[in-house]
Amino acid sequence: MNLMLAPVPAGPSLADFGKDPLWISIIKAVFIFVFLLLSVMFGVWMERKLISRMQNRYGPNRAGKFGLLQSVADAVKMGLKEDLLPRTVDKVLYTVAPIILVVPAFMAFSIIPFGPMVSMFGVETPLQLTDLPVAVLFVLAMASIGVYGIVLMGWSSRSPYAVLGGLRSSAQVVSYEIAMGLSFVGVFLFAGTLSTSEIVAAQADGGTWEIAGLSIPLPSWYVVLLIPSFLIYAITMLGETNRVPFDLPEGEGELVGGYQTEYSSSLKFALIQMGEYVNVFTVSAVSITLFFGGWRAPWPISMWDGANVGWWPMLWFFIKLVLVFSCFIWVRASLPRIRYDQLMAFGWKVLIPLNLAWIMLVATVRAFRVEDANRGVIFTLAAIVLIGCFGIWFRFDTVLQRRRENRAAEVEAEFEQLRDEPEAGGFPVPPLDLPHYHGADRKEVPSGSN
Amino acid sequence: MAEVPSYLSPTGQEIVFLLLGAVAVGAALLVVTTRQLVHAALWLVVCFGALAGCYLVLTAEFVAWVQVLIYVGAVVALLLFGLMLTRAPIGRSADLDSGNRPVAALVALATAALLVTVVIDGFRTAYADLTPGRGAAKELGSSIFRNWVLPFEALSVLLLAALIGAIVLSRTDIRGR
Repeated sequence: MNLMLAPVPAGPSLADFGKDPLWISIIKAVFIFVFLLLSVMFGVWMERKLISRMQNRYGPNRAGKFGLLQSVADAVKMGLKEDLLPRTVDKVLYTVAPIILVVPAFMAFSIIPFGPMVSMFGVETPLQLTDLPVAVLFVLAMASIGVYGIVLMGWSSRSPYAVLGGLRSSAQVVSYEIAMGLSFVGVFLFAGTLSTSEIVAAQADGGTWEIAGLSIPLPSWYVVLLIPSFLIYAITMLGETNRVPFDLPEGEGELVGGYQTEYSSSLKFALIQMGEYVNVFTVSAVSITLFFGGWRAPWPISMWDGANVGWWPMLWFFIKLVLVFSCFIWVRASLPRIRYDQLMAFGWKVLIPLNLAWIMLVATVRAFRVEDANRGVIFTLAAIVLIGCFGIWFRFDTVLQRRRENRAAEVEAEFEQLRDEPEAGGFPVPPLDLPHYHGADRKEVPSGSN
Repeated sequence: MAEVPSYLSPTGQEIVFLLLGAVAVGAALLVVTTRQLVHAALWLVVCFGALAGCYLVLTAEFVAWVQVLIYVGAVVALLLFGLMLTRAPIGRSADLDSGNRPVAALVALATAALLVTVVIDGFRTAYADLTPGRGAAKELGSSIFRNWVLPFEALSVLLLAALIGAIVLSRTDIRGR
C-alpha cells in the first residue's frame, strides 16, 4: 500500500526486460510498426497543414475532412504508378537502398519507452519492445546504418545530382553524429546508465544537491539540468535527419532532388519518404526519452497520483512527440537553408568543441558529488586543464589573427595588381577598353536606310 | 576447472558464431576479389557487420554496437565518400589487379596461419562461460580505466598524433620552416 502512495512510482528497469512471452513481443512489434505507419501518414498531413497555416495558406483540404485523407490518396497514387528503372543504374543496389534506409529507422524505435509496467492480457510487461544496457548506442548505430541507404541511393542512380546529394548527406550525417553522440554524454553521466528505461527512471526525481549545508532540489528533467546538451542535440537532430535548415542533400535549388532524383514517384519513393519521417520521429522520441522525462507526465499533471501508472503515460508520450515534431515544422517554416561550408564549419568548429568543454564541466561537477572524493586533486586538475585550454586558445588566436591579416594584405595586393593589368590573374579577361566595344572609328549603321 | 563441453555437440550460440565467422571470412575474400570498386567497400561493411554479430553472440554488446557505430557507420562511410568523390564507376573495372597479387596472397595466408596457430596453441582447452551482461558499458569501462589505463592512453596519444599528422599533411597553407 505504501508503494502505491509513493510520490514517484518507480518505472521499469533493465531487469524487467527479456521476460515477455513471444506473443507479447509480437504484439508490441506490430503495434510499433502500425504506430509508425500511421504517424508517417498523419505526420505528412500535419506538416503540410501546419506549414501552410504558418505561410498563410490553407494546405491540403480536398480529400476527406480537413484534407485528412490526402496522405492516403498520395500513398495509393504512389502504389499505382509505374516503377521506372533507369537503364544504367546498379539494379540491385538501386532497389535495396530505400530498404536500407527504412529498416534501421524502424528498428531504432524498438528501444523507445512508451510507458511503465502495464498488464497486457494478464501479463505484467513494460510498454517498450526491448531494452539493452547500451540502448542509446543502438539508436546511434541504426542511424549510422541508415546513411548507407542515402549514399547508395545516390551512387546507384548514376546521376551527378544524386551522387552529389549522397556525398553531402554522408559527410553531413557522419559529422553531426559525432556531436550528437557527445551531447548524450552529459545524460549518461547524470543517469549512470545507457539503457533508455533507466534514463527515464532517473528523470523521475531530481534529488537534491547538498552544498554548504543547503539542500537545493534539482529539476528532474535533463532538459533543464543539461540545457547546453539539449540545445546541441536539438541542432544535431535537424542535421542528422536532413531537415531544414540542414537539408542540403536534397537541396532542390541546386541538386534537383538530391539523392532521390532518379526515384520516380513509385513505391520506392514512398519508402524513402517513410524512412525520412520515421527518422524524424526516432530522433524526436530519443529527445523525449533523454531530455523530457520520457513518458512521465509534466508538472501540473504529475500531481495526480494516477498520472504515471497504467496506460496514461502513453498519452503524455504521444503529446510530447507531437509537440517536438511541431517544432521541426516550425523550424522548417522559419529558417532558410544554410550553405554547405557553414554547415561543416558549424558542426566541427562550434558544436564539437562546445560539447567537449561542456562534458568536462559536467564531469567535474559530478566528480565533486562523489562522496569521498579528493577535492583538492579535482580542483588542481580542473585548474590545469582550464589554464591549458586558455593558453592554447590565446596562442592559436594570435596566430590565426596574424594569418588572417597576411591573407587580407595578399588579397588587397592582388586586387591592386589586377586593377592595373587584368590578365595577370591567369584568367583570360578581355580588356574592357578594346576598340570594337566603343568603336575607335565606328560607323553607325542605321536600320532601314537604303 | 570447469568441465569443457565436447566440440562435437555445439550449442545454438556456437553454431551462430561459426556461421557469422564464415560470413565474415567470405565477405573479406569478396572485398579483395570483386571487380567492382564500390561493391568491395560494401562487402567490407558486411564483414564488419558479421564481426559485430560475433561480438553480440559473445555477449559483448557494447563492443558490438561500437563496432557498428565506428567501423560501419564512420570508417566505411568515409571510405565510400572518398571513393565517390574521386572515382566510383558502376560496373566492372579492369585495372583493379596489380602484379603483387601472388605475393599479397602469400603474405595473407602466412599471417592467417600464424594467427591461427597462436590462438589454437594458446587457448586450446580454454573455455569461458558466457554470462549475459558482462559486456555492458560499466564492466568494460571499469576494466579499461582500472587495469588497462596505460595502453588506453598510449593508443589515444597515437591516434591524436595520426590526426594532427593528417591535418598537417593535407593543409597547404602551413609552410615548413
